[in-house]
Amino acid sequence: MTFESDLLTWVSQAKSAISAAVNLEQLKLARLAHAGDKSPIALASRSLGSMDPQDRATFGKIIGDARAQVAAIVSERTSVLEEERDARVLLDEIVDITLPASRSQRGALHPITILKNEISDFFIAQGYGVAEGPELEAEWLNFDALNIPADHPARTMQDTFFVEPLDARLVLRTHTSPVQIRTMLENEPPIYVICPGRTFRADELDATHTPVFHQVEGLVVDKGITMAHLKGTLDLFARKMFGDEAITRLRPSFFPFTEPSAEVDVFFNGRWIEWGGCGMVNPKVLTACGVDTDIFSGFAFGMGLERTLMVRHGISDMHDIVEGDIRFSQAFGVGL
Amino acid sequence: MRAPLSWLREYAAISDDVKPQEIADAFVRVGFEVEEIEHQGAEIVGPLVVGKVLSVDEITEFKKPIRWVGLDCGEGSSRFVVCGATNFAVDDLVVVALPGSTLPGGFAIAQRETYGKTSNGMICSSKEIGLGQDHDGILVLPKDCAVPGADAIALLEVCDVVFDIAVNPDRGYALSLRGLAREISSALDVEYQDPASTVDVDALAASGKGVGISIDDASAVSVIYIRTLESFNPNALTPLWMRRRIEKCGMRSISLAVDITNYVMLELGQPLHAFDRSKVVGDLHIRRAGTTTMLKTLDGQERPLSPDDLLVADDLHALALAGTMGGASSEVTAQTTSIALEAARFDPVSIARNSRSHRLSSEASRRLERGVDPSLAKIASARASFLMMELGGAKHVDSQVAGEPVFSPSIELDPYFVCALTGAHITNDVVAEKLRLVGCDVLEVDGNTWRVDPPTWRSDLFGPADLVEEVARMVGYDSIPSHLPPHPVSPGLTDVQMRRRVVATLLADRGMVEIQTYPFLAQSTIDVMGYRGDRAQSFRLANPMSEDFPLLRSHLIPGLLEAAQRNIGRGAKNFGLFEMGSVFRNIHGLIAIENPPITERPSERIIEKIYNGVPDQPIHVGGVFVGLAEREDWRGKGRSYDWSDAVTAAQAVLATCNMEWTVSRSDLAPWHPGRCAELLVEGVVVAHAGELHPRVVAHFGLPERACAFVVNLSALPQREIVRASFIATMPVAVQDIALIVDSTVAAANVEAALRSGAGPLLESIHLFDRYDQIGEGKVSLAFTLVFRAPDRTLTGAEVSQMREAAGIAATEVTGAIVRTA
Repeated sequence: MTFESDLLTWVSQAKSAISAAVNLEQLKLARLAHAGDKSPIALASRSLGSMDPQDRATFGKIIGDARAQVAAIVSERTSVLEEERDARVLLDEIVDITLPASRSQRGALHPITILKNEISDFFIAQGYGVAEGPELEAEWLNFDALNIPADHPARTMQDTFFVEPLDARLVLRTHTSPVQIRTMLENEPPIYVICPGRTFRADELDATHTPVFHQVEGLVVDKGITMAHLKGTLDLFARKMFGDEAITRLRPSFFPFTEPSAEVDVFFNGRWIEWGGCGMVNPKVLTACGVDTDIFSGFAFGMGLERTLMVRHGISDMHDIVEGDIRFSQAFGVGL
Repeated sequence: MRAPLSWLREYAAISDDVKPQEIADAFVRVGFEVEEIEHQGAEIVGPLVVGKVLSVDEITEFKKPIRWVGLDCGEGSSRFVVCGATNFAVDDLVVVALPGSTLPGGFAIAQRETYGKTSNGMICSSKEIGLGQDHDGILVLPKDCAVPGADAIALLEVCDVVFDIAVNPDRGYALSLRGLAREISSALDVEYQDPASTVDVDALAASGKGVGISIDDASAVSVIYIRTLESFNPNALTPLWMRRRIEKCGMRSISLAVDITNYVMLELGQPLHAFDRSKVVGDLHIRRAGTTTMLKTLDGQERPLSPDDLLVADDLHALALAGTMGGASSEVTAQTTSIALEAARFDPVSIARNSRSHRLSSEASRRLERGVDPSLAKIASARASFLMMELGGAKHVDSQVAGEPVFSPSIELDPYFVCALTGAHITNDVVAEKLRLVGCDVLEVDGNTWRVDPPTWRSDLFGPADLVEEVARMVGYDSIPSHLPPHPVSPGLTDVQMRRRVVATLLADRGMVEIQTYPFLAQSTIDVMGYRGDRAQSFRLANPMSEDFPLLRSHLIPGLLEAAQRNIGRGAKNFGLFEMGSVFRNIHGLIAIENPPITERPSERIIEKIYNGVPDQPIHVGGVFVGLAEREDWRGKGRSYDWSDAVTAAQAVLATCNMEWTVSRSDLAPWHPGRCAELLVEGVVVAHAGELHPRVVAHFGLPERACAFVVNLSALPQREIVRASFIATMPVAVQDIALIVDSTVAAANVEAALRSGAGPLLESIHLFDRYDQIGEGKVSLAFTLVFRAPDRTLTGAEVSQMREAAGIAATEVTGAIVRTA
């Protein structure tokens, strides 16, 4: 039985040698010494050939078990040491993840663009379309069709840029209202549109004025449209722009294109802010566009985007909006 | 319009316990914006008394004249004060602030030693007691207006509240105390007394022949009264109460005759003009200027006239620019004893033109161009005549009238329309009550039809909608409920709008900052940029903000470069900017347009002509890059922006819009003639990109190699619905090919030739190397070709054949020599 006891000894030696290996190199040496071709177990195995068949079967099984035990130990130790090695590699690969990663500047949309998108999305959700028109516009569409006849004092309220020659009757639109006229000329009611866009008045640039600015106007023409609908729409719009606490107030006012007319104020940050104008579309305007005033009525409203932006975001100087300083837009990113 | 509360109260029974802020809020409720509430005299603490100057001793030993003044302040003995002003004399009545009083600004008056005397109070100027800003010297009161010792605060009505009210242009009647008192009475629901109703217009008897009047142009005036007065005392002074009211309304007291015309205008709203009758030759005429070429107005200006100007003239001369400003020659002076008083209801448009063409906005023109109550010409001229008789001792000679007042026609109203348009529940009784409150006569013809006669002063009421506004503002806009209209289905953003939004977001995501610049352009910029053709032909503004920038931009680049320059000036070094917006090019010229009336929808032909008269204004997106695309950092050196960044950005825009494009060389200004690409979609140039011309870069002070791109978004074809392609899963075969070509051959052309030669199984092609050091004007271009068949694995022979075919095509088209390994 010495053969068996020898085998036990070899296996036990192999186990301790393999377990003692602290890295994959040492493990390889231990494996070669105790499980390799020249190892005592391998040599014992080779001696099986010279045994008689009965012994061969008996000892063969014993040797096979011993080899399997050693192989299992090698495999187990290998995965432990490989895991240790992998962990060490990851440690070695640590970087300062806080190093500045971006090598380029931060991009941004102009806040007027962002606001315009926000308002468009809001009204689209309310069932409106977004209508647009040219900035260089026919005088008739900008004034006459809106019941602002030549020489009416309302025309002097807005100092208008005219284009040469004057008989071409082209102006830089003073409001986005000509888009309302185009919409009514081109479509049958019901009409639900907003008209965002750039507008022009000959005001000098100062902290609160700019000759080039933006408006968003809304126009609804449908059966049974009332001032109550105008109020409901403005209330919702104001809450979207200024938060759920915002409340609106209508003050009687005058615009040639609406009757009745009102100024819209919004209560924001503890005070009333003049936000825009609104009213029921003047029947003269509907008539000029071929809308049957016996069937349809409508409302319209208009706000300055710059004003809305300044009030909402505490911008104190118009220069910042128009000068194109990258720092101004960057502060807003691509969303307000 | 400035309205003193004390004067409003004369017609509106506002009780004393109503606070000024409540009055202002009430004005706002009915549509009158109160710009300011001025509390006059609020800071003054008395005693301020009337003093009579008894003695004046001039003290001369100081640098400036000093007076030692003895005053009778009703105290039994004289009071002495030191005074530095000299515009008063013995026997004048002045205002004296006694020790213990406080003047505006917390200026406390005390007995004090000065200039070697003991001054026992102060003689006040208008400004010192808060009556006005523009008076120099001491306030000298009219003779006998009060006894010495009288309370000057009460006498001068120093303490008052003045509302500064913005009057909308449709409400001319509210440019008067009459109109504003009516509005505040309605708003506060208090009694109203119409000052026009108390004038006895028939009490003026004729005693002789006065100045006649004729209307030459009936379109210019409906009714005009001329009242002739004589024996007017030119030395009569304006009574203090009238002067104070005129001053509180923001005008200046000038002379009794002029003050009366202004006072009545403020009171009733009817502008009046007093002519010195002795300067009027024959009768007065309302006529156009015609051949009259000059008029000297009473502000001393010689004004050249245009033939259309509306004048008041006598038989020989132009006397006044009608309804706008009087003439110098017939002005009332300190010698005037005989007056022709004019009150007319001029056509608002004619007065607006007078005012605008002479850039002369007067108190009179502001009212007349907004429309004055046609009944007032008679009433106001009578009121002013009575005041001249009463205060100036004048005698009425004769009154002449031409034309007759024209009033607004009746309006037919279905009372339910008020509810239908406001969405508020307002009963018929309330509708009638509110219409009557604003002065309308309401006649119920039957339940659905009312006949509403607007009051004489409301020429702005034309149709039912105007009446709805009157009812709505009287019941209060607050009482209108808040509902949402029926929700239709939204069409959403159009493809074009969506594309613009996505492009802007893309560029921002790529690190560019969006800006918005003014679309104005200088001619000199066109020259600097080197624009020719379309981009040199822009539209010129007739009235630009600045003569330096009279044109509309034809290209986005100049605005971007100016913004880049500004950012660099403020310390920025490395950035990309972009802008999206319209450009303007006068390609087809402009056509003359006639504006049709708006009484009905114009014919389709006219609408089409108006539409066609508006030139196309394509939307472009443009960008500039300056400095470093990648900053120097811990990874190594930075990388400057170059022409390829601009081309990449332009291509990214096209790719985002799902376009396919080709690239070719261009030499368009303002780019570097050797470093500009044009991008074509379906054979149409839609974009340019590359390095800017060094001259342009230098002009704007930008770093060298600044580059830019522009994409004409409006030129991009409509987006089509994308058809999904078959995703092949067979293995790819990769082949490299290197070619030697002349350095003038465009890589894009070589690539196109390879692509066409390689056949349909070529999946992609990529230029991975370009080597330009081989000399003899040659370069080497190396491409990777990736082949894939949808249905099988390609054999080596097939792939070699396709590679060879690609090379042959490149050789044929570009003269390339295929390099063998």
